[in-house]
Amino acid sequence: MAVGPATIARPAPLTGRPVTLRALLEREGVFSWILLAPGVLFLLAFVAYPFFYGIFLSLEDRRVASPGIFVGLANFRALADDAVFWQVARNTFIYVCVTTVLKLVGGLAMALVINQSFRGRNLARAFLLLPFIVPTALSTVAWMWILDPTFSVVNWLLVHGGIISSGYSWLGNAWLALWSVIVVNTWRGMPFYGITLLAGLQTISPDLYEAAAIDGATTTQRFLYVTLPVIKPVLVIVTMFSVIFTFGDFQLIYALTHGGPANATHVFSTWAFDIGMSAGQLGMGAAVALAMLPALAVLIVGLTIHLRRD
Amino acid sequence: MVGRRDLVSRIRRLYLPLALFVVGGLFPFYWMLITSIKPNRELYNARVMPLIVHQPTLKHYVDLLYETNFLTWTYNTMLVAVVTTVVSLVLGTMIAYPLARLRFPGAAVVGIGVAATYLVPQPLLFIPMADIINRLELGNTLTAVMLTYPTLLIPFCAWLLMGYFKSVPRELEEAARIDGASRFQAMFRIVLPLCTPGLLSAGIFAFTLAQNEFLYALTFLAKSEVRTVPIGVVTELIRGDVFYWGQLMAGALLGSVPVAIIYSFFVDYYVAGLTAGAVKN
Repeated sequence: MAVGPATIARPAPLTGRPVTLRALLEREGVFSWILLAPGVLFLLAFVAYPFFYGIFLSLEDRRVASPGIFVGLANFRALADDAVFWQVARNTFIYVCVTTVLKLVGGLAMALVINQSFRGRNLARAFLLLPFIVPTALSTVAWMWILDPTFSVVNWLLVHGGIISSGYSWLGNAWLALWSVIVVNTWRGMPFYGITLLAGLQTISPDLYEAAAIDGATTTQRFLYVTLPVIKPVLVIVTMFSVIFTFGDFQLIYALTHGGPANATHVFSTWAFDIGMSAGQLGMGAAVALAMLPALAVLIVGLTIHLRRD
Repeated sequence: MVGRRDLVSRIRRLYLPLALFVVGGLFPFYWMLITSIKPNRELYNARVMPLIVHQPTLKHYVDLLYETNFLTWTYNTMLVAVVTTVVSLVLGTMIAYPLARLRFPGAAVVGIGVAATYLVPQPLLFIPMADIINRLELGNTLTAVMLTYPTLLIPFCAWLLMGYFKSVPRELEEAARIDGASRFQAMFRIVLPLCTPGLLSAGIFAFTLAQNEFLYALTFLAKSEVRTVPIGVVTELIRGDVFYWGQLMAGALLGSVPVAIIYSFFVDYYVAGLTAGAVKN
């Protein structure tokens, strides 16, 4: 009978039966898998299965309420010839890259500011995290109103501040709309960077700064040679997480612009929704969503390896 | 004494940027609030100074509660969030515990699988999921979202809890087992109670994520009576050419309140949950 090393010290069971249910449950492997089974089966059924089923769908010409016809890679070939597809790819790329840089820089600045000691620091931290906590769709409709073509408060401020003579149509102009979704995403995501980087900053021992100051390091040097190296691991993980989640962002853009005007703010997720759900072309929609996979796979594999190495 | 130059430098390095962050971060909420209590004649008059409320009114809130399904949506959101949080916390614990503390065949595969599941974004899954939900005849039922939200929450809870479970010293558990505790008792009586902060963090976070979920709810719930707050607000309170902003902002604000209240009670657990993965303890 296989008994794990941890169980050797247990007193012998009172009953003399060789393999009781209880003894079986004491085996590490059996106990582990009994705990794991429900969750793992659930995730297999509702994550792994849909994932592979999505690949299957993308190879079909499949419309809502009609049987699918296998078409091989025809959906992907059609996408490659579609100018909108490449615009969506470009939008997604710009959206992810620009917001990541803005959130990273802004979040680091936020963390450095809150890391100073002042009264009400915890309160400030709590308030600054609020944009990240509130349901995104709800805060986004507030932004919709802030950027409203007729009654935008931003326009009111700019006009009354004498900066511009008449208001912009923030969500009606292709370039401004893309910048608008970028700004709103940054507004929402920056606190995540700020608060996690703050936690990273708080692990830095004051001795390090003192030593650097004694050696005559300037503020900039202390930041570059003490602060950055220490928080680099946190920085990398936070950024990778954020890139993956921004890449898969849907609700912010859907609520603010629906991908418009004229596809100017469509990203893969919103375009896939339009094609797959609104237009009912499940096969093509699945293909659009899967177009994210190569870049995403690199990110996910990279982060998974990075996390497990620790 | 704080010198003048110190004060100037403190304003420049602390108070000024802090004020910018706070004002920028909170302005949209301020804007939500004052829009929701402005009468329409103020909202849609370009000559009225918009930054403050001149004659506050609760009309938009009354209209929201009486003329829309907002209360139904709130009930749906709460029900779904509570059920999925509890389910995910239980299943997440059951996955995290063996991964963090036990040796078993297949541990590496399960560990990678859970991490990957956590990172796979919903847009990759919602179209096949919509077809599956249709085939199960669960379209327009809350069961559809109760079944699918845990796919997001379980990996998150598991991943967060693993860190907490690992931090409990093995000696404590071994001592209990020498005294005759079974593995199950050691888990339930020793490890889990010590990880209460972690369970609280995971639970609160899962609750927030469930309240925030949008794509699955939008895809599966097309009828007003089964919608959740974010979907109801975005799809039904935004109405073409009618002036609807007061009511819309009232809905957005009320929809944010439950999360904000829970958040205000458990800020530290939130922050701990947020930073647990990024900063190694």
